[in-house]
Amino acid sequence: MTAITLNIIVQGILTGLVYGLMALGLSVIFGVMRVVNFAHGEFTVVAMYAAFLLFDMLGVSPLVSLLPIAAAFFFLGYVLQRTLVEPFVSRAEHEQFILLVGLATVVVNGLLLIFGPDARPINLPYSFDSYTVGSLFIDKVRVFAALGAFAICIALFLFFRYTRTGTAIRACADNLTGAGVVGLNVKQLYAVTFGLGFACIGAAGTLMATIADASPGLAPAYTLLAFVIVIIGGLGSMAGALVGGVLIGISEALAGFYIQPSMKSMFSFALLILVLVLRPQGLMGRRL
Amino acid sequence: MPNDPFKFSRRSVLAGGVAGAALLAAPGIVRAQAQTLKIAVLLPQSGYLAQAGQSCHRGALVAPQVLADLGYKVELVHIDMESNPDVARTQTERAINEGAHCIVGAFDSAGTLAIAQVCEQRQVPLIVNIGAAPQLTEQGYKFLVRNFPTGGMLVKNGLHQIQALIDATKIAPKTAVFLHANDNFGLAQRKGMDALFPKSGLPFKLLESIPYDPKAQDLSVEVTKIRGLNPDLLLVVTRAADAIKLVRDTVRQKFQPMGIISPGAPGLYDEEFYKALGPLADYHIDALPWANPKSKVTQALEAAYTKAQPKFRFAVECFNVGFTFDALMIAGDAFKRAGTTNGPELMKALKATNLVDHAMIGGPIKFDEKGQNNDIPSASVQNRNQTPTVVLPAEVATMTPVLPMPPWQGRK
Repeated sequence: MTAITLNIIVQGILTGLVYGLMALGLSVIFGVMRVVNFAHGEFTVVAMYAAFLLFDMLGVSPLVSLLPIAAAFFFLGYVLQRTLVEPFVSRAEHEQFILLVGLATVVVNGLLLIFGPDARPINLPYSFDSYTVGSLFIDKVRVFAALGAFAICIALFLFFRYTRTGTAIRACADNLTGAGVVGLNVKQLYAVTFGLGFACIGAAGTLMATIADASPGLAPAYTLLAFVIVIIGGLGSMAGALVGGVLIGISEALAGFYIQPSMKSMFSFALLILVLVLRPQGLMGRRL
Repeated sequence: MPNDPFKFSRRSVLAGGVAGAALLAAPGIVRAQAQTLKIAVLLPQSGYLAQAGQSCHRGALVAPQVLADLGYKVELVHIDMESNPDVARTQTERAINEGAHCIVGAFDSAGTLAIAQVCEQRQVPLIVNIGAAPQLTEQGYKFLVRNFPTGGMLVKNGLHQIQALIDATKIAPKTAVFLHANDNFGLAQRKGMDALFPKSGLPFKLLESIPYDPKAQDLSVEVTKIRGLNPDLLLVVTRAADAIKLVRDTVRQKFQPMGIISPGAPGLYDEEFYKALGPLADYHIDALPWANPKSKVTQALEAAYTKAQPKFRFAVECFNVGFTFDALMIAGDAFKRAGTTNGPELMKALKATNLVDHAMIGGPIKFDEKGQNNDIPSASVQNRNQTPTVVLPAEVATMTPVLPMPPWQGRK
């Protein structure tokens, strides 16, 4: 394997981990509530702008603002679920779709009105630095973003595995009727789940802001990317989201290098079609 | 015999018919008799081309007052085509239905092609402000004129400028890579490059042409590929946001070419580019048409622009602003000569344009039988102290070109 190929694979893995965290938010919400958040990319971009503002106005590094933004997004998700999404949970899927697409349109146009179309970069002191490992050049920001994403994913896995709230949420996902019968407050748990999904979005958007410049135009692309990742990984599977993200990151990078850079996205969709045909439930999803 | 309100007499049918015909003909009559030319300015004010679209829009906003001072009466309707050709098509239909006498736009070739089809059907003139795809003037549209170079012209003029830069700086590049956006504009430039580079006589080899997705998150893979080829010069056709990604990844991967030159495309000099890259934005060169600082029209436009848009630098925006302004002036001038807003007659006047004083460099604006202005030369514009500065041709230059560009490290 040539050094350049290895370089591309490493960069792909690092980018893919951040993609995975972003898609995790979508997967968590769907896995528990069976609601598909069509405003996913739009809120990721809101988080990018939040990170940009904190950096631009207060000089706070995104690696520091990560936790407060994730916490604020948890609160935002919680409130959104209780006020806007909750009445739609039991309604037809097309009604949920219209609600969330409407929300996405409002968010992206709001961003355009407030910030304009220009990309907003976060110029950290190490934005242009890279680690040199032999003949490999690995971007510092990408390493930090990937490590952050990986740590958050692990924390989320542990939360769902070892905390009472996490176990209760999993119970709702596995057997909603049973969860109700044993006295779990499903509405409250749904709101917490939506909040957790949004916290993932907040964290992913903040980390993404170190790699890509915030711009309203990114939002639909992120929504689509998150969908591709969770469908490849398996809708509702947390590990699948992470695996899907890394797979997309690597495949896009390799396709860009060996086939043609402009065909990177096409390759992701080819992978999506392949998974849908050969394993419709996704790589790590459960057969329905 | 009592009158039956539900029965029609021959007279009432005739009267109704005449009234109906008059009603249907009214927009045409009103259009022909208007005292002011109503122009719909379609631009991508949102979507992925919004940055450039809004820059053009700012030019359109200041234009009516400057044009009025020059004796042209125009009324503008500003329309966002959302960087989407389908929206451009439907919005053009709507604008014409609401009384637009002509259309100016649309920065993006794909959107402009969609507009051109509607204008052709409705016999309403379209003046292209910016749009380089050759097919705009090669598909036989009778209601279209373009005051902007084709992709081929941009590349040809750009390659001349590269030769002039090599002569002026005495550098000796042996190889180059051409990186371009995989959109209408980028592909038009690629076509021009494929056709013209072999005949250009430039003293270096073009190793590869690499298309990239303009919606890509970053260009790290593209830069890794370029680094593997290790060219002396990097020739690029990018949009502003992509140019930032390109330079950022080039610095991160410690790749140091002699120069990054755009042979006929904007992108390396936007305010966004300067803000994002700081000193790393300096020394990149764009070879493209530019505003003529010696023109009185440009001076008037700059004064009005600086007053109306204090947050934006005319030096940075003059490409988009100047071409948009000139397109509006061409429309106003044709209306003044035609004395009517009737589409075919206005188009006849447009084809006979001979506008000596205008904002962008070049001779009098004239259109050939296809509607193309063929006299739009390029200048070499190098970023110096984060300001686009003309470095060639020498007669209009304010600084001398610097190549090879200084190393990334240690720039302040």
